Amino acid sequence: MSCGAKKDVSRRDFLRSGASLATLQLAPGVTLMAFGGSEAQAAADAGKRWGLLIDASKCAPDCNACITACQDENGWKGGGNAETDVQWIRKVTLKDKSSGRETSLPVMCQHCESPPCVDVCPTGASFKRKDGIVLVDKHICIGCRYCMMACPFKARSFVHERVTNQKTHAPRGIGTVESCTLCVHRVDEGRIPACVEACEAAGHGAMVFGDLLDPESEISRRLAAYPSVALRPDLDLNPGVRYREI
Amino acid sequence: MRASLLMAGLIAMLASAIWAGEGQGGYGPVIPEATGEAHPEGNDYMRRWHMSMMRHDRDVTIYEGKREQNASLGGCFECHAAKDETGTPVTYADERHFCRSCHDYVAVKVDCFDCHRSTPEGVEEPAAHAALGGLLFPALGADVGALVAYLGAREVGQ
Repeated sequence: MSCGAKKDVSRRDFLRSGASLATLQLAPGVTLMAFGGSEAQAAADAGKRWGLLIDASKCAPDCNACITACQDENGWKGGGNAETDVQWIRKVTLKDKSSGRETSLPVMCQHCESPPCVDVCPTGASFKRKDGIVLVDKHICIGCRYCMMACPFKARSFVHERVTNQKTHAPRGIGTVESCTLCVHRVDEGRIPACVEACEAAGHGAMVFGDLLDPESEISRRLAAYPSVALRPDLDLNPGVRYREI
Repeated sequence: MRASLLMAGLIAMLASAIWAGEGQGGYGPVIPEATGEAHPEGNDYMRRWHMSMMRHDRDVTIYEGKREQNASLGGCFECHAAKDETGTPVTYADERHFCRSCHDYVAVKVDCFDCHRSTPEGVEEPAAHAALGGLLFPALGADVGALVAYLGAREVGQ
């Protein structure tokens, strides 16, 4: 493939329009302020690790803004069959049995540093990008669903039915497994995930997205300042998604 | 060796004869008109290499996150969106679709559109597009109820 890649460069450069050429010539990892993000990038950058911090105390039990935003962004709205509908992000309610206190929080792919889904995938379709985002390469996914069984967070879904009207940036189809991509197409443009944006717009601000490796990022500063937990810390998966107040 | 050369020559002759007949009521497939500027590499290059271009670029995008790729399905449909009589771009379920005009002709099955949309973003793809399965895999496209009954899947249905 590397040979083909070299051969292809001149052809593509030749074809590429002026505007996209300007974008390309920024080296990977160089900040693209033009896209409006403070931590923007032009490609997956091994020097970053993207993560989320979710403050359950700010998450309203009756609010589904993150879920609808994810559905709109990635085009996975269910067909009304709870048994087979996919679910990239779900609201979970925790109840303390002794006090009866309930906590609401969104759970999606936790983007583990050591993802069990990647360990068990027989084809290599399940993979972790160098910036920590865990994805499925649906071109080589055979739909065996081992990853769904391996995931301790029930984060992945199998597409049981034929799909139409997919988003160009989020191809999805029957016979493959899918999950939260951390809105990788937006991250690559320097934008934040749709759920985080929607949570902010809804006035809750319960979700913070950022680079866990950058000590100056908002998420790192908050993680350093306040207590937070990973879900199922006993598994030692070091997820990129962290929670507060649960 | 000589036989394979001869074969290659024959295929080349056949191919040129086919493409020469393109759009003129000849032997070739009728390829829908495209909008926009022509590919600088020329149509012959695109016909021979379009799949390799997309295959290479898809991996670069998925694994490395480089999205400023020149070759993408989404990019194809900016110009190659064959329209029906109402002016709406047709999906791959319609035999007038740009990709199908050739792929049907050469009997090459593509499954790109199981996952990717086959129209430009913003076009409403009708449910018929989902019936694509029937087109490519008759068994899957059959009435699911009949299939379940055939399999005697009383448990499956519940």
